[in-house]
Amino acid sequence: MSDIKKEAALLSQYLLPQPVAIMEVCGTHTTEFFRTGVKDIFPQSLRLIDGPGCPVCVTANDYLDTAIAIGWQHNCVIATFGDMMKVPSSYTSLAKEKSKGLQVEVVYSPMDAVDMAQKNPDKKFIFLSIGFETTAPAEAVCVLEAKKKNIKNFFLLPGNKLTVPAVKVLLDSGEVNIDGFILPGHVSAIIGKKAWDFIATDYGKPAVVAGFEDHDLIRGTLMLLDLIKNNTPKVLNQYTRVVRDEGNLKALEILYSVFTKGDATWRGIGVIPESGLDLKEEYADFDAYKQFPVDVPPPKEHPGCRCGELLRGVILPTDCPLFGKACSPEHAVGPCMVSSEGPCSAYYKYGRK
Amino acid sequence: MDIIVPGHGSGGKLMNDLINNLIKSTLGNETIQLDDAAHLNLATTSIAFTTDSYTITPIEFTGGTIGSLAVNGTVNDLAVMGATPQFISCALILEEGLEIETLKRILVSMKEAALKAGVAIVTGDTKVVPKGKGDRIYINTAGIGVFTNPPQRREIKPHDTIIINGSIGDHGTTIMALRNNLTFSKGLSSDCAALNHLIEDVIRHYPDAIKFMRDATRGGVASVLNEITKNAPFGAKLIEDNLPVKDEVRGVADILGIDPLYIANEGKVVMIADKRCAEGIVEIMKKHPEGRDACIIGHITNEFSGKTYIQTKIGGKRILPVLIEEQLPRIC
Repeated sequence: MSDIKKEAALLSQYLLPQPVAIMEVCGTHTTEFFRTGVKDIFPQSLRLIDGPGCPVCVTANDYLDTAIAIGWQHNCVIATFGDMMKVPSSYTSLAKEKSKGLQVEVVYSPMDAVDMAQKNPDKKFIFLSIGFETTAPAEAVCVLEAKKKNIKNFFLLPGNKLTVPAVKVLLDSGEVNIDGFILPGHVSAIIGKKAWDFIATDYGKPAVVAGFEDHDLIRGTLMLLDLIKNNTPKVLNQYTRVVRDEGNLKALEILYSVFTKGDATWRGIGVIPESGLDLKEEYADFDAYKQFPVDVPPPKEHPGCRCGELLRGVILPTDCPLFGKACSPEHAVGPCMVSSEGPCSAYYKYGRK
Repeated sequence: MDIIVPGHGSGGKLMNDLINNLIKSTLGNETIQLDDAAHLNLATTSIAFTTDSYTITPIEFTGGTIGSLAVNGTVNDLAVMGATPQFISCALILEEGLEIETLKRILVSMKEAALKAGVAIVTGDTKVVPKGKGDRIYINTAGIGVFTNPPQRREIKPHDTIIINGSIGDHGTTIMALRNNLTFSKGLSSDCAALNHLIEDVIRHYPDAIKFMRDATRGGVASVLNEITKNAPFGAKLIEDNLPVKDEVRGVADILGIDPLYIANEGKVVMIADKRCAEGIVEIMKKHPEGRDACIIGHITNEFSGKTYIQTKIGGKRILPVLIEEQLPRIC
């Protein structure tokens, strides 16, 4: 038997004295636990709760409402990652507006939007800057690059969020009983393992920073289960080939040279102080919020949609009465069903047997 | 004159010159009949007839062109029914401004593909659309094949074996990498190829073993299997350990967040066959250049009826769902 198959057997036969609930904080983990089949081999008494780790999902409706309004009212091109296309806003979606004539370009990297702006100086490009600490340094580089090249038609609609404050809110609320956390590998590569130590020191819970391959998920879960079983509140790093204790200091320096922490609204959670990234005053020329004031109708939630509770870990996708009925990838009511990292999307795609 | 102009579709001298001096002479003076319809003699009254349109961007790519794609695609549609492809039509829709040199390269690749597959291009049509009304060139090919064996459609049952003739996702990944300027993705090449000789060889050796075949084009291998298992009293199980996926395909697919099982192929047949003949069929396939990496990738099961699913490397199982629409690049 190969090493990974041995590890898989260890996990599937792991003896837990009582039922255990662990939360994965990263959207990529949500899907990878399914895609690799690791969730399928969990011991019976182990439950995986999905956390607020899908950047598209936690983006509140007013962000997309604003983006669409800027596109129409200021005749701008909206440049976005593909994930955002079908996400329902309060009243519509980028995909629907595109078919009505709104200019929307799907990009693979924020730098694509800078390139487009440079090649099309007669058009204004708004990049939808959504994502956690992982993508924010790249977005900061884009702003720096646009400034250096004196590109005046590239703008960013800041919507980046920070994961640590959100996890703190979940722990403070005590709404969900979580025995331990699987922490995001990519985010931790930027912020460092140490940024998570508070989970053990302040809240007395264990956590493991894990990678994304099948063997990472299995090993990370085994490490976490050992900590839980032995009642050892510690934060460990399984993903040592990528994640350092201090993180990527260079990336953090670039990030905070362009962005500054600000309050942000999270879907389902509300405003969390210092949990978002705003553009610094000196980069106001690139800030779409400041350059393109718009009238936006008040945001509206979709009746019955429980994405909010889901993102707080209170329910599973299958607990939502809309799941797989009124809400499916073709006709999504909430973002968790359409984002590639959304828990509902993962359950819908992989979980139905 | 080195580009297509509206006059090339006018019905006048320009058009006749284009057809005679370029299209007909490249595709085959000896096979193309310029009359209103081609007059064909068939060996049997049992025929397969198919048509398909090709609209790919870019029109030339590593491993093929829209022209070879149009020939091979139609040849494969006939071959997977169990028919022997014989005649192909070729309708060209050209956008004003297309370079004649490019058109020539595409026609040459069509001719080469037809020669390799052993089919004759016998009739065609040429239209020109104004600049901006097309995407340089569209091609429609229809094809006729004859049945010398019964159509290869038999009742699929649990324990039947799922076979593929080689690596998965090569074509779609090559195209996506070109479209997205993933310049690091050297070594990628479309698998665009005619499969009729390989399939005919399998049928010759195993005339009763094949239950079903389909070329795994748009939607990839997972979509072919989902079509088979939809509402069926059985499931289809793939074994991840057995799936042939090239490293460079896996790399690009990972970056774009796309599963190779859903990526288009243009030279791959998914074959469901009687378990007892499966190993033998793989051996036959391996004798052909298009089947060098042929292997068994799964089987039909009693569990998860109506579903296609995969047993992952670590032994977990997950559903391979029906693709809702085009896969989009993900955020991180």
